[in-house]
Amino acid sequence: MNAVALDAVLKHPGIWRRSASASHHVRTIPTGLSELDAQLPGGGWPCGSLSEILFAHDGLGELSLLMPALAELTRKGQRVVFVAPPYIPYAPALVAHGLDLRYVVQIDANAGDGAWSAEQCLRSGSCGAVLGWMQQADYTQLRRLQLAAESGDAIAFLFRPARTADKASPAALRLQLHADAGAVDVEILKCRTLDMRRATRLRCRV
Amino acid sequence: MLWACLYFSDLGAADADASAASRRLRSLAAWAYRYSSQVSIAESDALLVEVGASLALFGGWPALQRRLRRELAEFGHAPALAVAPVPAAARVLARRHDGLLIEQREPMLTALGAMPVGASGLAAGAITLLHNVGLRTLREVFALPRPELARRIGPQAMMALDRLRGDEPEILELYRPPERFAHRIEFDHRIEAWPPLLFPLRRLCGELSLFLTARDGGVQRFELVLEHEDCAATRIPVELLTPQRDAHTLHELARGRLERASLAAPVSALALIARDLPPLCPRHKDLFESKREQHLEWPQLAERLRAYLGDASVRQLAIVAEHRPERACTFSPLPLAAPQARVRGEAERQCDALKRIAREAERTAKDGRAGCRTRDGSPQLLTPALTGQREREQSSARPLWLLARALPLRGPPPEILVGPERIESGWWDGDDARRDYYVVLTREGQRAWAYLPAGAHEGWMLHGWFA
Repeated sequence: MNAVALDAVLKHPGIWRRSASASHHVRTIPTGLSELDAQLPGGGWPCGSLSEILFAHDGLGELSLLMPALAELTRKGQRVVFVAPPYIPYAPALVAHGLDLRYVVQIDANAGDGAWSAEQCLRSGSCGAVLGWMQQADYTQLRRLQLAAESGDAIAFLFRPARTADKASPAALRLQLHADAGAVDVEILKCRTLDMRRATRLRCRV
Repeated sequence: MLWACLYFSDLGAADADASAASRRLRSLAAWAYRYSSQVSIAESDALLVEVGASLALFGGWPALQRRLRRELAEFGHAPALAVAPVPAAARVLARRHDGLLIEQREPMLTALGAMPVGASGLAAGAITLLHNVGLRTLREVFALPRPELARRIGPQAMMALDRLRGDEPEILELYRPPERFAHRIEFDHRIEAWPPLLFPLRRLCGELSLFLTARDGGVQRFELVLEHEDCAATRIPVELLTPQRDAHTLHELARGRLERASLAAPVSALALIARDLPPLCPRHKDLFESKREQHLEWPQLAERLRAYLGDASVRQLAIVAEHRPERACTFSPLPLAAPQARVRGEAERQCDALKRIAREAERTAKDGRAGCRTRDGSPQLLTPALTGQREREQSSARPLWLLARALPLRGPPPEILVGPERIESGWWDGDDARRDYYVVLTREGQRAWAYLPAGAHEGWMLHGWFA
């Protein structure tokens, strides 16, 4: 076998090499923010896993951070599910961000049913992304969501309060938003396979 | 033709009265209909099924027999089976020789000859008469000269003997599947809560599924009727997005709705009624499908969510052409699968309309002209509200979160980033809105969409978040 073929084999997502950086092997969807993409392994939101977005107040741009990725998913005909959102996802704004409303679904549920619904959607393999707002999620619940996302190859986006930043989480990616003088900083709290010794706070206008 | 007779010796004992037994037999006939288009309810305790035509399809009699017995065992029946080229002979042989298969006429006559006269299925008078003459087996009866025998036992019994041997054709009334499904289970005790109802529900769903398989159809709408003793029955409609037929799926979907229903009074009977029976087009499965067992297609997932959370809990978002923000966004139920050509959904059309507007806006911006022209250059009339440029400005300043009801914005006056944008509409429908919208920045760094009543300088109302 020549070196070119071996190289191609090693790039296969199913093959993981202990020595190499895993960045080639993570399947991702670009976030639409080039600074953030440059930091994240694979250059975007990791598919088939749980990503957390932590923020202290509503209206910091936490949802618009996802819009390019969600628009990309609906363009490909994959469903985006809002599970028990705290406010009304405003349809005209979603369309303006390029989402195809045919593939946007909202599920109304209380806290317990919300976790169940999110897990069902993730596990089914028929949803591209599931957005959840769980205030009281514990480690077990998060772990279940992470496993469901892996099994259904969907992206789970979980919005959580900033005070949970120091709690342990099985999420593949954790971002925290900080408001600072009219701009918003995105801080990478945790990212699988990323060397966290580098600076991870980026200033982005989201 | 080969006729299999299924003789249910236990049928009378299992059900209390004759009408229940006959209902049971009809549901068994519905089940048998999937193996043959010629099924007849021969007697009060036996079914006749023509199996000759499809024996090769089911892999021969031993395989078919095993399959029939296994499926019947699931319903709690252990019938005797026998196959013969003549229906009447199969009926007689099944009672004595369970599992017998005779394909030719000669061996059939030999087997019949060995049968005692008492088991021949003749009328009781004829049997007594033959016994008194000293005849014990059918072989002895068959050996008698025909005219003498006919004179002794009469034309009726002679006809029965001829039918037994296949000399005389027998006219069988064939089972036809009904056009609607309605089954009812009555309880001995009053049931106060839903968990005990699940078991009868499973049985009803199983029967419905058999019925649908036999008809080669599906069900899209059915009704659970909970009967009470002293008040009107509780009716629980079950509406599905796509036709379904699998027993497990139907049970799961009906169960979710049953769990959420409140029982007004103790339940004395449970019925399942289905009238809307559209044809079913099962999804083509990919030969090399790599998806794992627990994966669900979207329609099945949506059904499951609707069953547990309520039909209205799973919704799509839609746009309404309306200036008042709270009315510009609405929810629409998930589209029902139309049996014929797919109907373009409301949301789809609105999406297309909006995309068209966006394209229009882009073109206008590129041209740098206020007027709008179509591709061939002819001027196009657009209402002021729909001119592209303005639409684009508006949509760019719309928040992703809208509050269901505007709230007073507390704290010191916020910093204004964009605005004002006057939204004035609704004077004709009694819900007049005159508001100046601003994009504002709060002290915490949140970008909010807030408004002031037209002309006012205070009284900020929060209507959305630029999340």
